[in-house]
Amino acid sequence: MNIIISHMSGEPIYQQIINQIKTLILAGDLTEGEMLPSIRQLGKDLRISVITTKRAYEELEREKFIYSVPGKGSFVALQNCEARIENKRKQIEEMLKDVVKESRLLNLSLAEITEILKNVYDDMTPAK
Amino acid sequence: MSETDPVRRNSSSLILEIQGLGKYFSEFELSDVTFSLEKGYVMGLIGPNGSGKTTTIKLIMNLLKKDRGEIKVFGLDHVKDEKEIKNKIGFVYDENHYYGVLTIEQMKKIVAPMYQYWDEHLFQKYLKEFDLNPKQKIDKLSKGMKTKFSLAMALSHQAELIILDEPTSGLDPVFRNELLEILYFLMQDENKAILFSTHITSDLERIADYITFINQGRVVFTSEKDQVLERFSLVKGPNYLLDSSLEKQFIGLRKSSVGFEGLTADLEVISPAMKEKMIVERPTLDEIMIYLVNRTRMGVR
Repeated sequence: MNIIISHMSGEPIYQQIINQIKTLILAGDLTEGEMLPSIRQLGKDLRISVITTKRAYEELEREKFIYSVPGKGSFVALQNCEARIENKRKQIEEMLKDVVKESRLLNLSLAEITEILKNVYDDMTPAK
Repeated sequence: MSETDPVRRNSSSLILEIQGLGKYFSEFELSDVTFSLEKGYVMGLIGPNGSGKTTTIKLIMNLLKKDRGEIKVFGLDHVKDEKEIKNKIGFVYDENHYYGVLTIEQMKKIVAPMYQYWDEHLFQKYLKEFDLNPKQKIDKLSKGMKTKFSLAMALSHQAELIILDEPTSGLDPVFRNELLEILYFLMQDENKAILFSTHITSDLERIADYITFINQGRVVFTSEKDQVLERFSLVKGPNYLLDSSLEKQFIGLRKSSVGFEGLTADLEVISPAMKEKMIVERPTLDEIMIYLVNRTRMGVR
């Protein structure tokens, strides 16, 4: 499991941890039942305070991404497919935002963007 | 802007409780110092030189007699149960308090029997890890080596509360990093707690769960570190934006010919239209400390 945090970014550190663990879970890099590092271990590894990691885990637990067993540790919870599909949709949306941004630089209209998308889609779809 | 942590804690998990602590000197007074620390966590006691950090620590250790207030360590009175408490405290002094003419080994032989749970094996392990030669005279040790020796002594008797008074002052970044590593290692045990004082906030602040900020003998705030860092914002912008209503939102403001920079705890009251023309950053603890100290100097409380 890789978690990379930035002290320069305006985003609070606990939020960075939450987002990255969520991404790892939804991408399938962390699978159901997998054990996460303890809050103290993660604090040590990321060189942040215990309270910060604790807050991140508590939030992930509230959102049912992970669950904890007292005395044993924290584990990845079962993820339903809907959440995963929803997450993928969001990722696609983000990518399309970039497409729109780039297209605006060239003053392309929506119809023109759609036309490009259609061509790409057709190209990648094998002919019947 | 004095405030205490709103979180109500389970009293049995409190390792250190300080209530209304006061000490009066002719030139300086420490007054109404109140804060507490629960096990499993690290607290940084920060403030400028001469603010009362060392005095507070000396009072906890009963090296100075308090004039007012109450100090409880492990739920016990720090004077009445001093002996029992000190068995479980590992104390790293700012200044070297060992006999310089003795060697490390000789000094240890004097100090170790005072502790009920001295762990010789662990002590030897620390000596090796810290590259300390037991036959070396204490006088001949560098500042960093002295601190390491002091650390080895503090960590070798199963202490549950580690108190470090300015452990990194005068030491280089490589040592500070090593110390941080040791403290993180210690804190893998959730039954321990650490209290350290420092006026250099940038290195040790990483590990701190709580920050107690002392200035001119008073507690300015004692709070979760993350809350402190989230509450304040550092705002920078062009001078033409500044008017009296905006100025009021700042705890401290520095104006120059090329713009202003200010610390605020009320970012919400600044309009989004204004914010667009400014840069808003997360301040460091250092920056927060500087603005708050300067404000007190100007006589605003």
